[in-house]
Amino acid sequence: MTGAPPLLAVAGLKKHFPITRGVLRRRQVGAVRAVDGVDFTVAAGETLALVGESGCGKTTTGRMVLRLIEPTAGSVRFAGEELTGLDVEALRPHRREMQIIFQDPYGSLDPRMTVAEILAEPLRIHGVGDRADRRRRVAELLALVGLPQAHAQRYPHEFSGGQRQRLGIARALALRPKLIVCDEPVSALDVSIQAQIINLLEDLQRDFGLAYLFIAHDLGVVKHVADRVAVMYLGRIVEEAPKRRLYAAPRHPYTQALLAAVPVPDPLARKAPAVLSGEIPSPASPPPGCHFHTRCPHAIARCRAETPALRGIADGHRVACHLVAA
Amino acid sequence: MPGKARGLVRRLLRHRLFVTGVILFGLMLALAVFADLLAVAAPERMHTRFRFRGPGWPFPLGTDNFGRDLWSRLVYGARLSLGIGFAVVVVAGIAGTVVGLVAGYFRRLDEPLMRAMDALMAFPAILLAIAIAAALGPSAVNAVIALAVVYTPRTARIVRSTVLVVREMEYVQAALAFGARHRWIILRHILPNSLAPLIVQLTFIFAYAVLAESILSFLGVGPPPPTPTWGNMIAEGKDYLREAPLLALYPGIAVMLTALGLNLLGDGLRDVLDPRLRVQHD
Repeated sequence: MTGAPPLLAVAGLKKHFPITRGVLRRRQVGAVRAVDGVDFTVAAGETLALVGESGCGKTTTGRMVLRLIEPTAGSVRFAGEELTGLDVEALRPHRREMQIIFQDPYGSLDPRMTVAEILAEPLRIHGVGDRADRRRRVAELLALVGLPQAHAQRYPHEFSGGQRQRLGIARALALRPKLIVCDEPVSALDVSIQAQIINLLEDLQRDFGLAYLFIAHDLGVVKHVADRVAVMYLGRIVEEAPKRRLYAAPRHPYTQALLAAVPVPDPLARKAPAVLSGEIPSPASPPPGCHFHTRCPHAIARCRAETPALRGIADGHRVACHLVAA
Repeated sequence: MPGKARGLVRRLLRHRLFVTGVILFGLMLALAVFADLLAVAAPERMHTRFRFRGPGWPFPLGTDNFGRDLWSRLVYGARLSLGIGFAVVVVAGIAGTVVGLVAGYFRRLDEPLMRAMDALMAFPAILLAIAIAAALGPSAVNAVIALAVVYTPRTARIVRSTVLVVREMEYVQAALAFGARHRWIILRHILPNSLAPLIVQLTFIFAYAVLAESILSFLGVGPPPPTPTWGNMIAEGKDYLREAPLLALYPGIAVMLTALGLNLLGDGLRDVLDPRLRVQHD
């Protein structure tokens, strides 16, 4: 991350959803700290994977990057320009540059629109080209994601989950964005289809120099696509490292536990001991100190009292743990 | 949507109650549409020498106390009663859809709008309609206004509840991510996907409105006599229930068949369009 500013730079990003009580006089009695101070960068053409259990705030983080959810605090800079605080109209031109692919290939396509209408929608919203241009672009997009042209006049319900996800990807590409937030794009798909979609995403990245913020709930899928991996726990990033380094030498106990949970395709391999016990605590009342101390096998007194900062321990490797020496 | 529409029509045609409803309502609609052809006499013309005639020729269903041809009054009554019902559906449908869309989409406006709708719904439907119609004076237009006011909140509620679901769909999020404006999202995504329950509800409102119109006319706050509406016919016939029960019976049956037909039709649409909507109606 030297020289030119990264494509996307997120700093101190927070989202606190208020908890209110009372009927006549609504008062706030607390907050769900869905995202509690997250920093990361994504360079052009790079894939940063954001990994964590459900409820850790990874999806909220992705949506805040796109301003689909309004951040409580923090900064999102895209190509050097601050996006938080921009009003809806000022934000519109930036929206062309960053897109999203959703987890659910069923809910993300309007059931009452044909494929051609779905793919042309972003173009129409931004007034790109005339009708003929848009038809050409739709044909291009279908070809890009490997669907036959004849499908343009069909409706989403006529497609399988994998095909729908291809449509979702085609739509995200329509405006030639630089960054795509992939919100668990393969979690809802059959394993056999997952690989196809992952390969498609990688091909597209290579061809168009796309940057991905790839959100996933396990480290298995991420191993193939990511350049760097950031592990989130209860609204904070606990460890971030280049992929190889993270998989080879994870330092945070939570990352270690997640890695131990990745299934190994070897029936003779010894089953990893269940390192993690218990549930993820409620983000409405996160434990004090290190959020992870309630489930950490190595926790010491300091972990319960003091929040560990995310510190660099080596080139590009950052860990938030008191027990990890620099 | 050719493929989808064809499947829908096929499922509807297999729905026996729906087909029954369509036939019943279609018959009533035919009376209204072809009233000019079907009527054998001017509906308000009094044949004073032929009062209280039984069914026969030249008065197919007989005549009333003024010697007016009942059949002709019935078919012109269909035109007016169904016309008022339809106008109510259109006005309440549009007004309720606008309120429901706005309340459901812009959450800031939800509380004030829906509390206002609740206030209207706190009154029993027919009582409120009578009060408004009486205040405005007896006329067909005022009956439409009164009934539209009564049925708008019900439509708004239905629309709002579907909008609340649809607005959270990921395709709406996707459109937002592209930078779509609210107008675009509401008109292209939310409205088309909220129509199914609305259409179902409107068929029921049509039935209630026809029924309610006859009640308003019966009570003398609808279109004033001698205008032939089914309600007026029932009101005029009630004085002769013992001597000539047919006077009130024909329009009564017409109202009943219309309401029945519309309800069956609505049930069928609901079953086919959106099976989750199987709920009780007031």
